[in-house]
Amino acid sequence: MTEAVSTGHGERAHPDFLQHHFDTPEQQFTSGKLGMWLFLATEVLLFAGLFCAYAVYRGIHPEIFEYAHRFLDKSLGATNTVILLCSSFTMAWAVRSSQLGKRGLTAALLALTILGGIGFMSIKYVEYHHKWKVGLLWGTHYHPSAEAMEGHGAPEDTAAGVAHQDETDAAESAAAAEPPAAGPQLPDLSGLPAGVEPTNVPHGAVGPEGTIAERPAEVLPVGEEEVKNVHIFFGIYFLMTGLHGIHVLVGMGLIGWVLRRTLRGDFGPEYYTPVDLVGLYWHLVDLIWIFLFPLLYLIH
Amino acid sequence: MDVAKAHEAEAHGGTHVVSLPTLALTLAALLVLTWVTYAVTWFDLGALNLFAALAIAGLKATLVALYFMHLRWDRPMNGVILLVSLGLLILFLGFAMVDTETYLPERIPGYAPEIRR
Repeated sequence: MTEAVSTGHGERAHPDFLQHHFDTPEQQFTSGKLGMWLFLATEVLLFAGLFCAYAVYRGIHPEIFEYAHRFLDKSLGATNTVILLCSSFTMAWAVRSSQLGKRGLTAALLALTILGGIGFMSIKYVEYHHKWKVGLLWGTHYHPSAEAMEGHGAPEDTAAGVAHQDETDAAESAAAAEPPAAGPQLPDLSGLPAGVEPTNVPHGAVGPEGTIAERPAEVLPVGEEEVKNVHIFFGIYFLMTGLHGIHVLVGMGLIGWVLRRTLRGDFGPEYYTPVDLVGLYWHLVDLIWIFLFPLLYLIH
Repeated sequence: MDVAKAHEAEAHGGTHVVSLPTLALTLAALLVLTWVTYAVTWFDLGALNLFAALAIAGLKATLVALYFMHLRWDRPMNGVILLVSLGLLILFLGFAMVDTETYLPERIPGYAPEIRR
């Protein structure tokens, strides 16, 4: 190390790509990779916030997720998963061929990877466009048209609905048999199941419109009663897939940059760090989609 | 196989080059697991459905991280960073879920939430 400092760059071959604050190409490579992994950790934490919002809302209102995921096209989601996995494969292969110094192959594989990104975003566009057209959007923009509700509104299983109604009736009569709960100013509590003690603390605010009266033992069959606040699902859907989509676009841009540098002949077995690091970014985008797909499209 | 790998590594400045069959097998496994996660929704397993979906996604993520992202042959520090970020994610989600599950905000309409005992 001291040797390198004292002799400057005279003794040792000093390649163009080696920055002056690194001693060896290997040190530069491992430092770059460490930095990239630290960045990827912040990316995981960025998405953690959205996954947390998803988990909390699904924990409180499973019926919204059970109901609303039917508006998403499973086969389009699955196709996008396959496209992204294949593009991850071509990216990993591009890193390999870059390490081996095969410039033409690397460029072709990087182009294929970008093509995968284009395919993914095209399908995403088809999905978004359809939801935009039929009003399946976030917040106050949620106005599903008749076309959107087609096949989603009617009760699926009347027998199950009747059985559930019987259960509720039984619970209600059991509650009615109990002595009246304490607290004269409390509202009608006949709907409360037996054994549940109401609080005497007056409410600070009235709950938002559409909160369900009682957590159902099981998620209600679709169509048995109108599910409210479905826009929450679409808010979460658009935030998660939208942020992911932005990452896909950024990844495509980065791969384009690496492709240009590959064609210029910047990379070889000695130096391929940008290809490797952009690859890591692309794989992380793939990794996040691996979780988004089952959580949004395949709710059971 | 190992000898060939070692030779390859030596030939390219000490860095490991993942063999093409390894990458192809990883892709094949990922595609099969995608089909499995799709097929598992045909069966009603109750709460197990979510668990199965997350378990399969976790397995797929592990494959991507180990082979595509090269962590299997990397310096351990890079993997440690990923694991720490996942640990923080679990901590974040875990406490948020414990809090969410503590209350029954819909039990009495318009009233302060009851705390589950």
